[in-house]
Amino acid sequence: MFDLKGKYALVTGASGGIGAEIARALHAGGAIVALSGTRVEPLEALAAELGEGAHVCPANLSDPESVEALPKAAITAMGGLDILVNNAGITRDGLSMRMSDDDWQSVIDVNLTAAFRLMRGSLRTMMKARWGRIINITSIVGQTGNPGQVNYAAAKAGLVGASKSMALEVASRGVTVNCVAPGFIATAMTDKLSEDQKSGLMGQIPVGRMGTPHEIAAAVRYLASPEAGYVTGSVLHVNGGMAMI
Amino acid sequence: MSDIADRVKKIVVEHLGVEEDKVTESASFIDDLGADSLDTVELVMAFEEEFGIEIPDDAAENIQTVGDAVKFITEAA
Repeated sequence: MFDLKGKYALVTGASGGIGAEIARALHAGGAIVALSGTRVEPLEALAAELGEGAHVCPANLSDPESVEALPKAAITAMGGLDILVNNAGITRDGLSMRMSDDDWQSVIDVNLTAAFRLMRGSLRTMMKARWGRIINITSIVGQTGNPGQVNYAAAKAGLVGASKSMALEVASRGVTVNCVAPGFIATAMTDKLSEDQKSGLMGQIPVGRMGTPHEIAAAVRYLASPEAGYVTGSVLHVNGGMAMI
Repeated sequence: MSDIADRVKKIVVEHLGVEEDKVTESASFIDDLGADSLDTVELVMAFEEEFGIEIPDDAAENIQTVGDAVKFITEAA
């Protein structure tokens, strides 16, 4: 089940905790993977770890030209593109009253606009093949809100709306568009939280612990698989019961 | 029919799965051949590939019939 043999997958933010685990899970399922990110070194280390069928495609998602070039580079490197995982994301946290336009815009640019451009750039190949999977990694805060993350939450909520619209447009062509919305996952991003913040959070998570990147990756592998062909426009929440929406 | 017209017709027949004799010069992709808006985008993509040309979005909007497509491609090729 959830066999990805013969599929080509592009994963952005593959140098990060969740992205690397997503790439591992897709590769373990038999997919050829293109690992994208800004930092080449961790991408190459991951490619070396995965061995055959892993390609490094660096890109800077705050640079529109680099974004436009990425799907083409991935197709050239792998020989096709069937699965796109928009995982890359940045944070520039701050209270709304003090948030600069720059902090707002840079998060929207990378987390929302770049994701849209990558989806647009991948669709031609997928529509021609009458098969495609787009999986956007959003966040619980896109639906619940989070103080200090007005930009991040807006981008993630925007990505859900974009995914649903695109899902409607391309459903008849065998292309599905879904989101995976992690709750609190143990990564470098959540390591930045203070102990107080962490213990406060634990009280809100019915499962009683943070999630693991592997638990996000497993959800992505499912949505990428042939078995998930009837699931589109949905948001799969992986949050330990923290929000049941 | 010219060579371009034949190739356009072949693409339309294959893509929309319609009878060849329905693909006349005046046939509208949407009104006569049952295409939806996504089909028209895909047809334009297929024409671009077949003829190695770029069809800008504003031109694509004006390509509504088989004849429109043949005319545009003949001028662009």
